[in-house]
Amino acid sequence: MKPGSLMAPEKAHLTLDVNGERIEVMFARHKTLLEVLREDLRLTGTKHGCELGECGTCAVLVDGQPVLSCLVLGLACAGKSIRTVEGMADAELHPLQRAFADLGAAQCGYCTPGFLLTAEALLKQNPKPTCREIEEALSGNLCRCTGYLKIYEAVELAAAWMRGEQAEPRDEVLYGRR
Amino acid sequence: MAGDERYGRTDGQTGGSSISLSDRPTVHPSNRGEGLRVVGQPLRKVDAVSKVIGATKFADDLMLPRMLYCKLLRSPHPHATILRVDTSRAAALAGVKAVLTGRDLPIPFGILPVSQDEHALAPDRVRFIGDPVAAIAAITEEIATEALDLIDVEYEPLPAVTSPIAALEDTDTPIHDYGDRGNLHKLINLEFGDVGEGFARADHIREDILFYEGSTHLAMEQHAALAEWSPGGKLTLWSSTQTPHYVHRALAQVLELPPSRIRVIATPNGGGFGGKSDPFSHEIVVAKLAMKTGRPVKCTLTREEVFYCHRGRHPTLIWTRTGVTKDGRITAMHVRTLLDGGGYGSYGVASTYYTGALQTVTYQIERYKFQGARAFTNKAPCGPKRGHGTPQPRFALEVQMDKLAHDIGLDPAELRLRHLVPPGSVTANYLQIGSMGLGACIDKVTAGADWKERYGKLPLGRGIGLACSSYISGAGLPIYWNNMPHSGVQLRCDRGGGVTVLCGSTDIGQGSDSILAHIVAEVLGLTLEDIAVVTADTDLTPVDLGSYASRVTLMSGNAALQAAERARDIIARHAAAKLDVPTERVVFADRRVFDASDPENGMPFADAVQTAEAVEGTIGTVGSYTPPMSPGRYRGHGVGPSPAYSYSAAVVEVEVDPETGIITVPRIWIAHDVGRCINPVTVMGQVEGSVYMGLGEALMEEMPHRSNVKNAHKNPSMLEYKSPTTLEMCDVVTYLIEDPDPNGPFGAKEVGQGPLLPVPPAVANAVYDAVGVRVDEVPVTPEKILRALKDKARGKEGRYGPMSFPDIHWPAPTVVPPPWEGGDGRAVTDIRHQGGRRKVSHPERQH
Ligand code: FES
Ligand code: FES
Repeated sequence: MKPGSLMAPEKAHLTLDVNGERIEVMFARHKTLLEVLREDLRLTGTKHGCELGECGTCAVLVDGQPVLSCLVLGLACAGKSIRTVEGMADAELHPLQRAFADLGAAQCGYCTPGFLLTAEALLKQNPKPTCREIEEALSGNLCRCTGYLKIYEAVELAAAWMRGEQAEPRDEVLYGRR
Repeated sequence: MAGDERYGRTDGQTGGSSISLSDRPTVHPSNRGEGLRVVGQPLRKVDAVSKVIGATKFADDLMLPRMLYCKLLRSPHPHATILRVDTSRAAALAGVKAVLTGRDLPIPFGILPVSQDEHALAPDRVRFIGDPVAAIAAITEEIATEALDLIDVEYEPLPAVTSPIAALEDTDTPIHDYGDRGNLHKLINLEFGDVGEGFARADHIREDILFYEGSTHLAMEQHAALAEWSPGGKLTLWSSTQTPHYVHRALAQVLELPPSRIRVIATPNGGGFGGKSDPFSHEIVVAKLAMKTGRPVKCTLTREEVFYCHRGRHPTLIWTRTGVTKDGRITAMHVRTLLDGGGYGSYGVASTYYTGALQTVTYQIERYKFQGARAFTNKAPCGPKRGHGTPQPRFALEVQMDKLAHDIGLDPAELRLRHLVPPGSVTANYLQIGSMGLGACIDKVTAGADWKERYGKLPLGRGIGLACSSYISGAGLPIYWNNMPHSGVQLRCDRGGGVTVLCGSTDIGQGSDSILAHIVAEVLGLTLEDIAVVTADTDLTPVDLGSYASRVTLMSGNAALQAAERARDIIARHAAAKLDVPTERVVFADRRVFDASDPENGMPFADAVQTAEAVEGTIGTVGSYTPPMSPGRYRGHGVGPSPAYSYSAAVVEVEVDPETGIITVPRIWIAHDVGRCINPVTVMGQVEGSVYMGLGEALMEEMPHRSNVKNAHKNPSMLEYKSPTTLEMCDVVTYLIEDPDPNGPFGAKEVGQGPLLPVPPAVANAVYDAVGVRVDEVPVTPEKILRALKDKARGKEGRYGPMSFPDIHWPAPTVVPPPWEGGDGRAVTDIRHQGGRRKVSHPERQH
């Protein structure tokens, strides 16, 4: 790229459907969806750990499917519906968010948005996943804090809530084995 | 749970100690855990909601108007002299606003006062691939990146030191012009009693050599920093740092600004694990660029750059010789370590001491000798990673204990249980033990794993292994020696019944903000929602030294406890007058202040605050915490002492394919003595996270450098640097042991690091149980297991691991008689045998 084009790169002007809202946005054509979300729309809930497609931190839902936003061009998302962590809660937390908060599944919380959205996509497809299915679905998301265990528990708990069950965290999850 | 009578006892079960413990506090009534309402409850962390809705602002989430983007040019050479840096082409690029080189930031810095060996930008020499050389600030990240290519640097390569062994050789061009000898940064030689005589009394002696590979923190958040300069003369830096106080110091030093003109705000860290504990080049550079341009400047490191910043686990070679009696009592232990330090000092001097400090706090060791060496090499600098300097020697110790148990025909659990360090005792190297729940930890994990029925009895290819460990709850001495508190808290009560707690501590995901809220809510009878927590801001909050050494719960917790108790006392006095009851009868609970004997006679907490405020004015208090003096007085005693030691035990189950060496870990049982759970679900998270990280190190994590290709980092990306995903993570059965320590707030000790330590040795011990071979090296990979199996098939030992420890010319030892041999914590320069009697002379100068 020439220096001149860096100074005034050609911009795309398009309408994106983000969290159910149509938003007009103008951005340099080479920008990834991650960059458009964070820098142009200031939706910084979506994080990054590598920007190379290696960690899952930047996962968002595009047409309901988990996608690594660092690997997708913003341009490619015209006409698709994008869901970020900012779209999950209204006045109340989403059941997944509630379960993550209650069980300490978000320690530093940096990987959390990616996990929440990936788990949401899983539960939409499979409301009662086995532990193995949860592991498989989340295997592209790295978390360095939790060892994943509280995340599995939170997904199971939220899944039960979303099925309308009166579930509570297991004693062992909160206090350890006695 | 332990009885209270143990505290204040002056001797252990054996050996006894000449150190008086009378100045140790007795157990605080609240430490007994009676009537606690908030402490011990598994509540949501105070920042949990903002994290799950994506509202928490991490450093790179901050964007200011007119903000510039900074990029660093890094050295492509492992070791070279910088002959010339020409930035004119870069500066001329449209959109570039400022360029810096080493000349602009000539003052060195470093985390330790003894290792001020770093420059924000290398002025004349680069010491590893990735060492920063120049910096750009531009209106976009793309332009800044493009400008890097336009900086012309002429280097003259120097020979690169590729390993600590190579660093032992004499050299004309040492990597640094300071240190103990040539490329040896630090040499330590400490002897606690006559180990020669100790070995002579042993029934059995073994020597082992083990290696623990380096690994990195890999926090999910890449380091980022944003600086803003006000023309009024004030600098503000937001940074993902674990240690805002030390960044504050470094900025003042390098930028030559009064500290009062600098405000450092540590943003919530997206994971730290020790990797954000040093002041870093990019933090200083963005500050300087902001001062130069008058615009906010942000730098966010790429993942590759994070690998170069490193400060992770030191690759460490360990030689260890231990003598035991027939029943496994350790009569003498001698440990040597050689650490690969990389290109700079970082915390390395402390790391080196730590490789020899905590061997003594688990099993009784009568005589102990430690020799440690840290080498400079031309690689990414090593520093503190979770467990700081102790996982490597712990691996060696616990594997050797397993071998010793086999040698003398004792069950490994039994061997350990027989010789536990007594609570309240002082060790050979003068570490003061408080509560000690290791026995309970071993009992729990062995019962859980059905150890007695299964150890040594599983079919070929399946095995279980045990290991234990201990870790400090903060260091007894600060990095910069002084008499000031290590942690401070200010507390302010609002008329509406809310309470604000201000503390310099930094939440890196471990939940330190929540600990403050739990403790204050407990004392004042409030809920977490009533407490506002303000942390990690040098303009607003009293100093806390930082989130390292597992110090925060104990130290900021004690400071918060003191501040809250002082506020309670003020409010109680005035509430008592109004309620017409004696002050001692006033109780704080359920957001009310009332008479213990007549709970109806009371008032809401907010009314009590107003009552007090009407008389006293604003209700605000302070609290602070300084650790107790350690009994050690010898040179080098500063690393190891802690107000309290946590304990952990783990049993790991492995499956090993004897044909391929492929190893999987289905389950780990872990028990951790945390003293007291301030919040059990947070403690659980720390234990599980530590086990996870220990498993990663045990099985796969490593960051070697290519000695044949310019010492280049071999895997500076998340794809190549292997870490466990959900598919490699095992089941974990966690037991929380609460053996309250008199020094902890409500008895609490550390939990963030200790539970990592037993995992790697327990994996290695389990491999032996499964297939009968020893892998004396971390990570324990299929390839190494296979080579050990082949070794065994050839009728040899069945071992994979290092074969030798190099000869190192050690300095003369600092000799310190242990407490039970009449020592008083001071060193003597010489110890001589005279007809079996020891003559002690020349007390060494104290420092
Ligand atoms: S940021 Fe790591 S996968 Fe996108
Ligand atoms: S919670 Fe910190 S990386 Fe997952």
